[in-house]
Amino acid sequence: MFLGTMIYALINSAILALMAIGFNLTFGISGVANFAYGAVYILAAYASWLLLNLTGISFWLAAPIAILLSMAFGAGMYRFVLLRVRGQALSEVIATFGIGLAVLELFNYLGLVGFEYTLPVLIDESFMIADTMVDMQRILIVLMAGLLVAGLWAFTHYTRLGLAFRGIAQDERTALTLGMDSDRIAMLAVSFGCGLAAFAACIVIPLGSISPSEGYEVLIKALAVCIIGGLGSTGGVILASFLIGFAERLTDAYISSHWTMIVSLAAILIVLVIKPSGFFGRQKELEERI
Amino acid sequence: MGAAPILEVRELYKNFGGVQAISDLSFELAEGELLGLIGPNGSGKTTAVNLITGFVKPTKGDVFFRGRRITGVAPYAIVGLGIARTFQMVKPFYRLPAYKNMIIPLYSPRVKKMAGGRYGDRDAVALDLLEEVGFERDAQVAYKTASALPQGYLKRLELAKAISLQPDVIILDELFSGLSLAEVASIVPIIEKLGMEGKTIIMIEHRLKELFRIADRVVVLNYGQKIADGKPGQVMESDAVKKAYLGVEA
Amino acid sequence: MSRLNQRRERIDRGIKARAGDVFALCSWREMLYLLAPRLIPVVGFLGLPLVLDDYWQRVLLSVAVFALLAISWDILSQSGMISLGQSLFFGLGAYCSGILNHYFGWHPLVALPAAALLGGLVSTLFLLPVLRLRGVYFSMVTLIIPLMLVRIVEATKIFGGTEGLSGIAPLPSKWVELYLIVAVLLGVLFGFRRMLNSDYGLVLKGIKDNDRSVINAGINIYWFKTQALFIASSIGALAGAFMTHVYMFVGMPVFALDYSILPIAAAVVGGPGTLAGATLGAVILVPLSEILRGIGGLRIVFYGIFLAVFIVGLPEGLFHYVERKYHQFERWVEVE
Repeated sequence: MFLGTMIYALINSAILALMAIGFNLTFGISGVANFAYGAVYILAAYASWLLLNLTGISFWLAAPIAILLSMAFGAGMYRFVLLRVRGQALSEVIATFGIGLAVLELFNYLGLVGFEYTLPVLIDESFMIADTMVDMQRILIVLMAGLLVAGLWAFTHYTRLGLAFRGIAQDERTALTLGMDSDRIAMLAVSFGCGLAAFAACIVIPLGSISPSEGYEVLIKALAVCIIGGLGSTGGVILASFLIGFAERLTDAYISSHWTMIVSLAAILIVLVIKPSGFFGRQKELEERI
Repeated sequence: MGAAPILEVRELYKNFGGVQAISDLSFELAEGELLGLIGPNGSGKTTAVNLITGFVKPTKGDVFFRGRRITGVAPYAIVGLGIARTFQMVKPFYRLPAYKNMIIPLYSPRVKKMAGGRYGDRDAVALDLLEEVGFERDAQVAYKTASALPQGYLKRLELAKAISLQPDVIILDELFSGLSLAEVASIVPIIEKLGMEGKTIIMIEHRLKELFRIADRVVVLNYGQKIADGKPGQVMESDAVKKAYLGVEA
Repeated sequence: MSRLNQRRERIDRGIKARAGDVFALCSWREMLYLLAPRLIPVVGFLGLPLVLDDYWQRVLLSVAVFALLAISWDILSQSGMISLGQSLFFGLGAYCSGILNHYFGWHPLVALPAAALLGGLVSTLFLLPVLRLRGVYFSMVTLIIPLMLVRIVEATKIFGGTEGLSGIAPLPSKWVELYLIVAVLLGVLFGFRRMLNSDYGLVLKGIKDNDRSVINAGINIYWFKTQALFIASSIGALAGAFMTHVYMFVGMPVFALDYSILPIAAAVVGGPGTLAGATLGAVILVPLSEILRGIGGLRIVFYGIFLAVFIVGLPEGLFHYVERKYHQFERWVEVE
């Protein structure tokens, strides 16, 4: 039983990592605030669902299309909204928050909730691992999370575009003088982040059903992971996902499910008080401000 | 030497995530001295000042003010003790008139303390201070919005803000940069006057000719290390300094 | 009609120049010019309760409450803190007042101010740790804490749990209700507007603009931010405490997203940076929201869109726009 809880904790951590990775890319690594992140997650889910149920194409086609649509949404949001308030972090937050709010509440209003609003699992099989039933989807989630995290790390450390993402966050002016079009790169960062959110939605939503209020939860979980792990650090995302994932699962198993969210939220507050830059965040001096 | 130094920097080290910005920096400052802090670009001059004023915490080492250890003290508190500095990139509150820019330093606890517990008329004090640094009163330059003022006036405004805090030590970070010869010539008397009032001054400068006319002593930094410390004339004769600035074996 | 060789020129109106300083006392017209913008809200808020019917009186009450929340948001934003969770202050104030009345039997008129201060204190303590961090962290934490508190109440069932506390004592009469909140609103509006325009306010705005410069002036910015936070959260808590006595109930809904979003939309639409703009925004959006009540949840969709559109398209807000038109006229002139 304990081993079962451990396995599900691992899966939970993988889910958290998947959710956080896109936000980390946009905000942590590239420095662009995107508080519509949760909305994009849900948007992608509904887009997939619509494509599946209205046009009858297979999920293997619908999902990539949904991901591309989310990327386009992200790029559009940058081009028409974020671009005009670029640099004023607080306006970025409000503007993207407003958009995210509008999208999520629109879905809430349209009332598209219920068991029929769900996405299909990729491979419908289950395995017995150490006396616990684990379905293929969940195993896939863990695999995907690992791949994505490793991929992101490699991308931001070894590819030109990835390094550019980091460059514009560190010092935009220098990046500009080096010939990087910081606006285009920021737009790509937002777009990629949205794409990653969409990807996460496509593999995690099949575990349950689509619910707009989950959009807020996704944003908060992504925030929690990024703050605790340290904005911008891929290693931090891994560590924080494990920490929160295990804490949540253990709380759920041994205390009560009501307390799971309290645990993650309390964790954020504690980390902010003790080590605000997160576990692996770079300690920034007053000159650079945390 | 007679009296104890007013400011002492002892074996300061600062490492910014892999970049050793300052290594083993030590020097003393006597009260009333005007010290020039010079060195090629990137040699750590501004970092040294940030370490002294508390904006950056040292990796190792200490700073002493009047014999008291001030390493790690918050920057606003260091100002309260009597050390004021200007910034290299002047960033006034652009939408406010020049004299309104002075209100904020005049609102600080230090000013209240030095004035004996009461603030007084901040607007009047601001206008007086600005006149002292060269804002012509009859032309009402002090009433102009900061965004409308040229660099020379903005630098003077920055200087006035530091002076308003009635500090014992003033640190000027590249005050002369961006100014014409005439503007520099008009600011130098203000600095000399501060020296005559007994204030201790540190000036980071690139414009050596102007600096050497007024500096009592000069410390030269290169790649975060002190390579020379002495009178202006002597220091410029040293081989290490020539190599640092010119990159040539003398 | 080519505008290529032209530019917009804005000149103060003649009456503005004449009404400057003590010269306004020379003529009734000039004095009226200065007083009118201030008299309109005063007369409006004091007089409307007498002419409106019950339903619209309720709306006016709502306007005042949301105006207070919007003013609270504006004070924070002028000090460099963007709050995404006004419902935190509102909810804490609501619960404090409910608790003081329900468990300790305090009279509403005593519980109200006490709850305002207590709510402000608790909010400030919650947010103290993040004041040293970048502004975005403040926003994130204000977003998170109300959600956390809702779940804690739900899980631990304290203070009535999911059912909340009912039977809270109401205020003496509906007229007391209305005029109390209107008086508070006017007091807060004019009082804190004055404070923000003074040197103290200048320090706060300086902290938002260039906090390194303010630190360099020897001022402890965290102490000032704490003060601004306490003031703003107390105002929000007062609004919450007030509503507890109007509804005679307090429960989990006090932490609802509505109380967080509408004040921001009101301040952004009305014009951030002047408390009057926040009030104007509330005056526009709350009745609008009432009229749109029929469309239910779609309201928040509109707030969200409004927020995004205004912060990007008209960041100065309506109040500044109107103010500018009032004081200046503009015309096209040839570029020399």
